Amino acid sequence: MLRFTLKRLGWALLTLWMVITLTFVLMHSIPGNPFAKEGKMPPGVFENLMRYYHLDEPLYVQYGLYLKSLLQFDFGPSIKSSTLTVNDYIREGFPVSLHLGLQALIIGVTLGIIFGVFAALYHNRYPDYLSMVLAIIGLSVPNFILATVFINYVAVEWGLLPPAQWGTWKHTILPSLALAAMPMAFTARLMRSSMLEVLSQDYVKTAKAKGIAKSMVILKHTIRNAILPIVTVLGVIATNLVTGSFVIEHIFGIPGMGEMFVKGIFNRDYPVILGSTVFYSAVLIFLTFVIDVLYTWIDPRIKVTGGE
Amino acid sequence: MQHEPQLTAELFQPVADNSMETEKIVRPSISYWADVWRRLKMNKLAMVGLFLIVGLVVMAIIGPMISGYTYHGIDFKAKNLRWSAEHWFGTDTSGRDLFTRAWYGARISLFIGVMAALIDFVIGVIYGGISGFKGGRVDNIMMRIAEVLYGVPYLLMVILLMVVMGQGLWTIIIAMTLTGWIPMARLVRGQVLQLKEQEYVQAALALGASTGWILRKHIIPNTMGPILVNITLTVPTAIFAEATLSFLGLGVPAPQASWGTMANDALVSLLVGNTYQLFIPGFLISLAMFAFNVFGDGLRDALDPRMRK
Repeated sequence: MLRFTLKRLGWALLTLWMVITLTFVLMHSIPGNPFAKEGKMPPGVFENLMRYYHLDEPLYVQYGLYLKSLLQFDFGPSIKSSTLTVNDYIREGFPVSLHLGLQALIIGVTLGIIFGVFAALYHNRYPDYLSMVLAIIGLSVPNFILATVFINYVAVEWGLLPPAQWGTWKHTILPSLALAAMPMAFTARLMRSSMLEVLSQDYVKTAKAKGIAKSMVILKHTIRNAILPIVTVLGVIATNLVTGSFVIEHIFGIPGMGEMFVKGIFNRDYPVILGSTVFYSAVLIFLTFVIDVLYTWIDPRIKVTGGE
Repeated sequence: MQHEPQLTAELFQPVADNSMETEKIVRPSISYWADVWRRLKMNKLAMVGLFLIVGLVVMAIIGPMISGYTYHGIDFKAKNLRWSAEHWFGTDTSGRDLFTRAWYGARISLFIGVMAALIDFVIGVIYGGISGFKGGRVDNIMMRIAEVLYGVPYLLMVILLMVVMGQGLWTIIIAMTLTGWIPMARLVRGQVLQLKEQEYVQAALALGASTGWILRKHIIPNTMGPILVNITLTVPTAIFAEATLSFLGLGVPAPQASWGTMANDALVSLLVGNTYQLFIPGFLISLAMFAFNVFGDGLRDALDPRMRK
């Protein structure tokens, strides 16, 4: 188990290093310099700026400096803003994004499990069809369409909830719902097929034959076993929530990290794009690692030695 | 003395040589693909998906030509119109005909989706095929590389590449395929690993068939099923990724239009209450994703009847 964990950790770190190197190479392959848009400036100012951002050093020195600063959790400066750094963005934006993401995750996975369970219990009957229609809608309708529909009807036309901004819990409902649609659909489909598989297992038949109450069979014997595979898709869901948050935070005007990343893209603020990409990748790679380890821990049937 | 049975020749009848008769196959023989098609036809939802895909493709081909407007023609006298006899889907904030743009956008969006899926397919089959077939050390190294690349968050990389490479139709496709081929490669590799142990492959090897021949004639045709499902399900992923990119201002450059850029354009107009401008591209994206998803699911069930519950 320990060997497996260490091996996984090694791969996670290697992947992260790859991302960092790749993003570094990509960012430095952009022709021109990042100050080209700022207009003409005296040569002295330009040189100072280049020196300040270490852009006058050879590339391998810059790479070394960059790795060193990342090791110290310094994600670099912002070129558009002279005072704020990517770390400031993360400090301000990440808690908001985390709140939104966790809320969407909980809503999505919980609803998904409920829909999946009902679909499997009423296999090929109306609750099944209804759940699967909802799941297909969740997979098909892009989150930005869902978000704008919510804003337009729930917030503007019916005036039930605030259309944008971030503050009270009321502000969080619409964005979390828009963000939760995809995870819900994912989970519902997976839960349904997993439940159907478990329901046909011999031990479920045995439990029924012994006369255990149906609710107990479903809760204790079926759901507990069927829920295991959900852990495996948590990584996919997390990635989905992160990329979804770019769009959702932008539409709802939520001051999260996603919105800052999108602004960085609009402004072509390369250090912000670079720093955010590395930060997001680190979070997601770490999460995948945790999920991998967690899954083998929960379900020891999984081969530990193979590492794949 | 023993009684001699009165067996005369007349009592005997030649047995009709009907061995051919009993062995005859009454029903026409069904090839694997015909069987798949037969199962697919029974799946109503998948057929709806197929019908929608065909419909979208046909409209993408003829749609931009039948309304009499160009997709980029600006007419400031006809801004933000609702649907009418002149403009079947209305017009946008610049007075461009939305019917033409919607189907022109279908061309771009579907093209990106299909091209991304096909390039993923080609790279994935070659990479996964070699990795699985060679096995051993080569396989180990190739899969480690793929595994590390697979850990890189897909859309983040695509966004980064778009920022670096600049906007354009082909840059989107390249950005998407740069890491998009990995699931396909892993799938093919798994299939090849399984298939190459089969007796008929051993037989072909024993008869001196070359690696290329075995891959082309024995392995790839037999992995075609899962590959096809993967291609079908890659298309909606790519369409969705393109829509998200466009929404972040990294889509195809104007005057070209995809469904994503149309949705992005429509946001401005949403503020003044013109919901239909968002509804059209939104509905079409959803429709395309729905169609490819249900068709892909149906295809998977049809290819592997064991999967059906």
